[in-house]
Amino acid sequence: MPAQARPTIWEHAQSKGVSRRDFLTACAWMTAMLGLPVSAVAEVTKALETKPRLPVLWFHFQECTCCSESFIRSSHPGVADIILDKISLDYTETLMAGSGHQAEDALHDTMTKYKGEYLMLVEGSVPTAEGGVYCCIGGRTALDILQEAAAGAKAVVCWGSCASNGCVQAAKPNPTKATPIHQLITGVPIIKVPGCPPIAEVMTGTIVHLLTFDRIPQLDGLGRPKAFYSRRVHDTCYRRPNYDAGLFVNSFDDENAKRGYCLYKMGCRGPVTYNACGVMRWNGGVSFPIQSGHGCIGCSEGNFWDNGPFYRHLPSFPGFGIETTADKVGVVAGAVTLAGIAAHAISTNIRKGHLIKEEKAASEDVLDGRAEQGGS
Amino acid sequence: MQKATLGRVYVWEIPVRFYHWLNAFSLVVLCVTGYLIGAPLAIQQASEASYAYWFGKVRFLHFVFAYIFFFNFLFRIYWGFVGNRYASWKNFIPYRKQQWKEFKQVVAVDLLQANNQPIETIGHNAVAGITYFLTFLAFLFQCITGFGLYAAMSKAWFPKLFAWIVPLMGGDFAVRQWHHAFMWFFILFALVHVYIVFYHDYVEGRGEISSMGSGWKFIEKEYHPLLKNPPGSPSKKP
Repeated sequence: MPAQARPTIWEHAQSKGVSRRDFLTACAWMTAMLGLPVSAVAEVTKALETKPRLPVLWFHFQECTCCSESFIRSSHPGVADIILDKISLDYTETLMAGSGHQAEDALHDTMTKYKGEYLMLVEGSVPTAEGGVYCCIGGRTALDILQEAAAGAKAVVCWGSCASNGCVQAAKPNPTKATPIHQLITGVPIIKVPGCPPIAEVMTGTIVHLLTFDRIPQLDGLGRPKAFYSRRVHDTCYRRPNYDAGLFVNSFDDENAKRGYCLYKMGCRGPVTYNACGVMRWNGGVSFPIQSGHGCIGCSEGNFWDNGPFYRHLPSFPGFGIETTADKVGVVAGAVTLAGIAAHAISTNIRKGHLIKEEKAASEDVLDGRAEQGGS
Repeated sequence: MQKATLGRVYVWEIPVRFYHWLNAFSLVVLCVTGYLIGAPLAIQQASEASYAYWFGKVRFLHFVFAYIFFFNFLFRIYWGFVGNRYASWKNFIPYRKQQWKEFKQVVAVDLLQANNQPIETIGHNAVAGITYFLTFLAFLFQCITGFGLYAAMSKAWFPKLFAWIVPLMGGDFAVRQWHHAFMWFFILFALVHVYIVFYHDYVEGRGEISSMGSGWKFIEKEYHPLLKNPPGSPSKKP
């Protein structure tokens, strides 16, 4: 079995001259990364001592490579740790040294040698219009490559919003019929790591989880790892107290913006976006959009390009053209209703007037009748 | 001579009236707080966030009344099975031919005002019943989307029952948008509903407005078998 022949992560680290102390430090880092208690360090260590390096295939389809750009900036754990020590990255268009037939051979070798064992990482959506011609690699369509590779994969990780929900390519009118991965393959566990791009530490954290525990992390209703996507940016935002206090920025150049109030009224998507930006932040924890004074644009949520404009909370109402929100439609409908009511009230007095008059006369008659009775 | 003498009919039982007013009050609170949540007032102040919590209170009110609204709604459904004939679920679901016949009649008489044919209904007429059925569906939609959004910020088990709507609609953004759009349904409904109550009272003089306070309506005796033939009278049973 090739699995037994492969060196474990610890053995591989030793061959690279990593000391036991450094190895344990890395294990502790990873444990913290996964949000696990100190008591789990032993478990992580044991896993890395006994598990062979995971063969990984990283595909690039219809995308901008911003996920890779983000990934290589991971600081805890460092990307070199991941790529050189913890996994065996056998194929990835942007980072590998080989090219042409050499690269295709490496891909083919891994797919046959480690069938059912390799981890598949997919960056980018897959265009399905016109038989998939809008994205071809080595003369084959992305769809073709995806389906072949996914058939033998242990699990598929969808890097970024393109692979998870289509992102900008799938925005209206979606000329290439860009399709997220989960709609194209079945029978393989799929983990979505959305974001445009996802946070580097979220990406490495997801890989480390798969590596350490050899199973899919706990996922939410949309298939995202709960460890990173269970809370809204809003829930972990340091400006949240301003929201609860009703302190809002009303325009980007007002006093409130200087004071760092909540950006909710500026269209911040924090309240509807599930991501770890508020906790992990970006570029090694330096900052995140809201900290830099700009609202969240909801880049890890489906359809975020079509949920525009970014600087308004209510989107344009479908079917009513740009700049028409549900509130505008509602106000117009309310005015029309009031006009209808007024017209109906006038009509009532015209059409039912004589009826009411008759009733009134009849009631007068009754009263008169009573008066006569009382008089007699 | 008055063409018909009126008899008192007990139409809306106390639970129905209680439901109605609690529902009306909840809807007003939910619409006002909901609108504020969507478009908060621009209060300019220089205080620290720790000194104020007004927006949090608005949201809190919205959530509390969401619970009240939901359980009140649930209670009304229950009452549709145990209440009197005017409260019955049968008034709301248009499954009988007769209901559609009356629907056309009500549209002709009250909406288009094409004729003055008398409508014999004592409780909800067919148009009202069907409209309320649609309203109930809107209630359900608002409860599902509202609690679905709330689930992410609550530890309680109850809102979690509705969390499935978020992946179904593709994310919080879409759920929030539709939850907001449906608020307008209730605003339009309230406008029309209040007007029509006044209209019926004005034209028919059956005490439509006060009936939701007292429970009684005044019905022409010829339209009500019990009023026409009171239990004590020698004629045949109703």
